[in-house]
Amino acid sequence: MNSQADLLHVVTSDHITPRRAAFGRFLVWGSAGLFLAIVLVQTLFEYEKTSFGFDNWRPVLYAYILWAICLCASQVIIRGEQGKRALFVLPAVLFVVSMVVFPLLFGLSISFSDWNLASLDGRKFNGLDNVRQMWADPFYWNALKNMVYYTLAIIVEYAIAFGLALILNSEIRAQKFFRVAFLMPLMLSPVAVSWMVGKSMLEVRFGPLARLARWLGWENPSFFGSAEIARSTIMIMDAWTFIPFMMIMILAGLQAIPKEVKEAAIVDGASPWQAFWQVTFPLMLPISITAILIRIIFKLKLADIIINVTSGGPGGATDSVTSFIFREYRDRSNVGYGTLLAMVYLVLIVIAITIFMKLVDRWMNPRY
Amino acid sequence: MAETQIFHDSQSDLSHKTKWLSKRIVIYGILIFWTIICLFPIYWTITTSFKIAPDVMRGNMIPWWDYTPKWLGWKSLGMSPATIGLESTVREEFVKRIVNSAYAALGSSSLALVLGSFAAYGLSRFNYKFGFMRNPDISFFFLSQLILPPVVLALPFLVLYKELDLLDTHIGLILLYALTVLPIVIWIMRDQFAAIPVEVEEAALVDGLSVWGSFFTIVLPIALPGLVAAFILSLVLTWNEYFFAALLTSTEAKTLPVMVASQTGSQGINWWSMAALSGAAIFPLVVIGIVLERYIIKGMASGAGK
Repeated sequence: MNSQADLLHVVTSDHITPRRAAFGRFLVWGSAGLFLAIVLVQTLFEYEKTSFGFDNWRPVLYAYILWAICLCASQVIIRGEQGKRALFVLPAVLFVVSMVVFPLLFGLSISFSDWNLASLDGRKFNGLDNVRQMWADPFYWNALKNMVYYTLAIIVEYAIAFGLALILNSEIRAQKFFRVAFLMPLMLSPVAVSWMVGKSMLEVRFGPLARLARWLGWENPSFFGSAEIARSTIMIMDAWTFIPFMMIMILAGLQAIPKEVKEAAIVDGASPWQAFWQVTFPLMLPISITAILIRIIFKLKLADIIINVTSGGPGGATDSVTSFIFREYRDRSNVGYGTLLAMVYLVLIVIAITIFMKLVDRWMNPRY
Repeated sequence: MAETQIFHDSQSDLSHKTKWLSKRIVIYGILIFWTIICLFPIYWTITTSFKIAPDVMRGNMIPWWDYTPKWLGWKSLGMSPATIGLESTVREEFVKRIVNSAYAALGSSSLALVLGSFAAYGLSRFNYKFGFMRNPDISFFFLSQLILPPVVLALPFLVLYKELDLLDTHIGLILLYALTVLPIVIWIMRDQFAAIPVEVEEAALVDGLSVWGSFFTIVLPIALPGLVAAFILSLVLTWNEYFFAALLTSTEAKTLPVMVASQTGSQGINWWSMAALSGAAIFPLVVIGIVLERYIIKGMASGAGK
């Protein structure tokens, strides 16, 4: 198929008069000019060069929205039918660019400054001081190390999710009931979970799980005492909420496998064990990798449970990068340093995920 | 009159039967075990909200069996039968937070759905060229937003919103939440639109509809189940969001998770009222999960398609 042609091909006889096109261009440049003028006025006002200005930057936002609307409208005015097509994607692109690219650039600029929101000094550019501070900050490196542990736990989650999906896919009664029950943890807000499980069920004196642990012979159960146990507890709680997610993706994949394939394997004399490892599992690989990738992405955002249950304790053993930066901001309200840590984290994530995807690609499509 | 049995199951057939039976027992055992793991915290929260201090300390579990349910926890929320008619500041606060959460979740999901389904339709039907970017690049650009951890955006947005006077407002939260769920909506909807044959729209265009006309009157109704799935999934994600809300809202637009977190963090062993609060907070989504389970699964499953 010719990839250059539109899938939905429309022949149009647009007749755009020069005056119409000129009007469209005027609309864009006019609103852009207005936007820049307001930005200029406000900047001058901020630096106290003029007496005229607004209380805050809100008018700049309105001018920007006006410009965005004019840009969309002018697409149709200038380019006719082609413009109507661009209109499908343009709003989303404008939205994402203004909400992501601009704040990221802005964040990059504040990450090289010392900016305490609580103090009145305002922002001071301090070059690479933040980088040096980060380099010497054992807690940040510790949080990064924890993220590696947390991410590795996904392998176990994947195994459990796969097992559950296999069972749900087999011939069982009350399948819908079990599906709803298994889905439930995903619906609960992590904050509620951190109280329900982390603070009450795991409570050392009265929590039911602590009682169970004592009954099983653990003398003084403490789920957040030592570093390793606390980390595993957080891992288990996070796994509890997110296993349903992987399970459902894998289940969807299992249901898409045609029955004939498995029947053929059985006719050929494969034992169930062989049929799984040599037929089902390879067929499930692409979906498994998608599920694991999405799970990794969600895992890297892990924070809510940690903030609310341990707030990083004991001694930073359970800190994720997000929860660490959250506390860094809460305790010292240093925006500059926190942003730098977040930016470094983003770079590390992008590198790690790119390597992961490249490796997977190499593994799935080997070049002989 | 007793008939003599002519056919007997041979020994090997019987062993097959026991094997089948034991396999069933193992399977249902695992299923029930996991169901308990999934549902026990919910059961625990609901029963604890009806307990009083001695019940908590004795670790009673089953209502009417080893303890008598009391309305103490719900009374502190102002939602017990005795206090439901009276004025209660806690309940007002709670209702306000629920309304805030509903604003943020519904508003952002709708915004993301509109922007996302337009973009997904455009990307599945037409070829674009923005500078060097072509369709796969644009799709990747949208989906790559999923990787962005919230913490990277949080602090810049804190400063920006302060300047724009958007801190602690509904619209600020809605914009940010819409951004976080947009990639998911685009992912699901791209799948949905790709499954609709182009001939349907071609017929509509021949009949004289414009591109947008056929999109609204023909394509959207066909893709409705996918739309609902994407909407519900983003609703769940935004309703439960805590991180941004904790940073960007304080008194006016504070959402339910922030309230729950601040309440449950402060008090000691006052379990019954916290259990009531947590129970009330998870209740809407438990209902959604039970009633709309089909759509949630559809939404997540369509993610597995690609």
